[in-house]
Amino acid sequence: MTRRSLDSPATLSGLPVERIYPADAARLPEPPGEYPYTRGIHRTMYRGRLWTMRQFAGFSTPEETNERYRYLLAQGQTGLSVAFDLPTLMGYDADDPMAAGEVGKCGAPVSSLEDMEILFAGIPLGEVTVSMTINSPAAVLWAMYLVVAEKQGVAWDRVAGTLQNDILKEYIAQKEYLYPPRPSMRLVTDTIEFGARHTPRFNPISISGYHIREAGSTAVQELAFTLRDGLEYVDWALARGLAIDEFAPRLSFFFNAHNDFFEEIAKFRAARRLWARLMRERYGAREERSWKLRFHAQTAGCSLTWQQPFNNVARTTFQALAAVLGGAQSLHTNSLDEAYALPSEHAVTLALRTQQVLAEESGVPAEPDPLGGSGYLERLTDQIEEAALEYMDQIDRLGGMIPAIEQGFPQREIAEASYRYQRAIESGGKIVVGVNAFVSPAGEGVDLLRVDQEAQSRQVSRLARLRARRHRTRFEHALAALQGAARGSANTMPFILEAVRAYATVGEICRALGEVFGSYQEACTV
Amino acid sequence: MPPPRSGSRLEMGRIRVLVAKPGLDGHDRGAKVVARALRDAGMEVVYAGLRQTPEMIVETALAEDVQVIGLSVLSGAHSELVSRVRKLLDAEGLEQVGLVVGGTIPDADADQLRKQGVAAVFQPGASLEQIVAEVRKAGGLRA
Repeated sequence: MTRRSLDSPATLSGLPVERIYPADAARLPEPPGEYPYTRGIHRTMYRGRLWTMRQFAGFSTPEETNERYRYLLAQGQTGLSVAFDLPTLMGYDADDPMAAGEVGKCGAPVSSLEDMEILFAGIPLGEVTVSMTINSPAAVLWAMYLVVAEKQGVAWDRVAGTLQNDILKEYIAQKEYLYPPRPSMRLVTDTIEFGARHTPRFNPISISGYHIREAGSTAVQELAFTLRDGLEYVDWALARGLAIDEFAPRLSFFFNAHNDFFEEIAKFRAARRLWARLMRERYGAREERSWKLRFHAQTAGCSLTWQQPFNNVARTTFQALAAVLGGAQSLHTNSLDEAYALPSEHAVTLALRTQQVLAEESGVPAEPDPLGGSGYLERLTDQIEEAALEYMDQIDRLGGMIPAIEQGFPQREIAEASYRYQRAIESGGKIVVGVNAFVSPAGEGVDLLRVDQEAQSRQVSRLARLRARRHRTRFEHALAALQGAARGSANTMPFILEAVRAYATVGEICRALGEVFGSYQEACTV
Repeated sequence: MPPPRSGSRLEMGRIRVLVAKPGLDGHDRGAKVVARALRDAGMEVVYAGLRQTPEMIVETALAEDVQVIGLSVLSGAHSELVSRVRKLLDAEGLEQVGLVVGGTIPDADADQLRKQGVAAVFQPGASLEQIVAEVRKAGGLRA
């Protein structure tokens, strides 16, 4: 039973693994810091600067989430990452009927500028970098963030952080879309353009493979679809009239760090090499910063098991090690209890400590790409690169990523891969410790975070007070002006900022845009 | 090609199952894998897809004349959403429709859901074999 996973060795993504790969000095790529950056984007990597330890967090209310952020910073975390609740992610206010039962459940509820002010109360936005996982309403939440920074007296050119804002992977994998693909791409392009002009230290987009992988893709699919999404954003920004070197340096990426240790390291290396070549050769970028793929990594949520939850600490540790050996710029380590619920304070502390042990005790950060030159790793890097390029060509032949999405191509490929994976677990061809092998009879109890049941009513009453006291004509004018901009071709960001300053809510702004852009429903197939 | 019929319901026709995702959660990996496994096991599966309100789910269950409803929730909003579906079903006179639920559901909530008349709760790591068996049971016992 236990040896079955070695019967016909293949990587998690199905790439065959030979018995031995002789070391081949000729295969060693350029040194770290040199184009095409297979071995890392910096010459000394973590000796110069450690990765940013950034735990994704948010729950219940802006107040409780703010408390968690201050706790994490006090524990030595070096950046923040905001999880919004589903109503916010889907553009609904806390008092919308569609939000019933979901406020504060899987993230922090933010309906207005007031909530955003509470979320970052006492946190200096000029010093801490903040990542925000928000997609369809990304421009709105970003506008709120920028106004909070302004109120703290922090100039926009000093604000640093990342907006996820990757709508294409929503159609492909996570399914948090509001508008059809083209108007959504226009909004993303508005933010990229606005960022290039006003927020030189902010990444207006984090092009994400994480969710594609969580939806069940292989490593190759994750890489191919993500980079192909990236090219789509590049094409749209160029069509807007931006020069490649004006915005490419601020495109950032987000990948999954899954179970297959070497395959994951190879994936990160292949990602850098592919992107550098695409930027330089296909798009003619001249600046080195445009060639360098910078990425955040998160360990694989879908690899966590409900059975024997303490095993998840072991999984997360080596997944995090793969991300570090793969040259990640920032990292989130999952908590052991996340197959059950949002992490408890105890569990998230252990996850952060895992990164700190890796950083301070393992010795790994001393040497950039220490596995470079390994016959196996170099070969895997090449294989993943080739296989990803093939997929990208296929999407080009379908007319680009939007037509591919409309035809359901990436969605189908992912669903196939996830079904194959589940079948392999069922048959015992793929071993998951504690699930289909080494099973123990009794459960292992963990204390879970309980989301405050009163969160929703507190948010609803705060919102009612806000609606009653704000300046009615000001926000109505702002929304009307925004709709005018959305109908035309002006950049919507200044109009969204004005609406946010007038305390228009996320729901009101998203609805105003929806009246212009329409909505989107995927054709659901199984 | 229609999947082969199997199980004790052969004479009575195949079990009809509605698979849906209530609420705002878009994580549909599990729902799709389960829908496909149920179909492969010989059931007729109506896949309603994403963003279904409890009202929409009950309406579809009525229109499609299903014996079992399978809900998938990974957002933590399972207690509210599932109990609303159960209440609406009972109000519509659909007490006989079996309701099963899967997702990231803590033990205490799973117990609570079972008390509210949910036939089976599938937590992370549940096998397809177990899900198929429980859905058969939910369909058979209540039909």
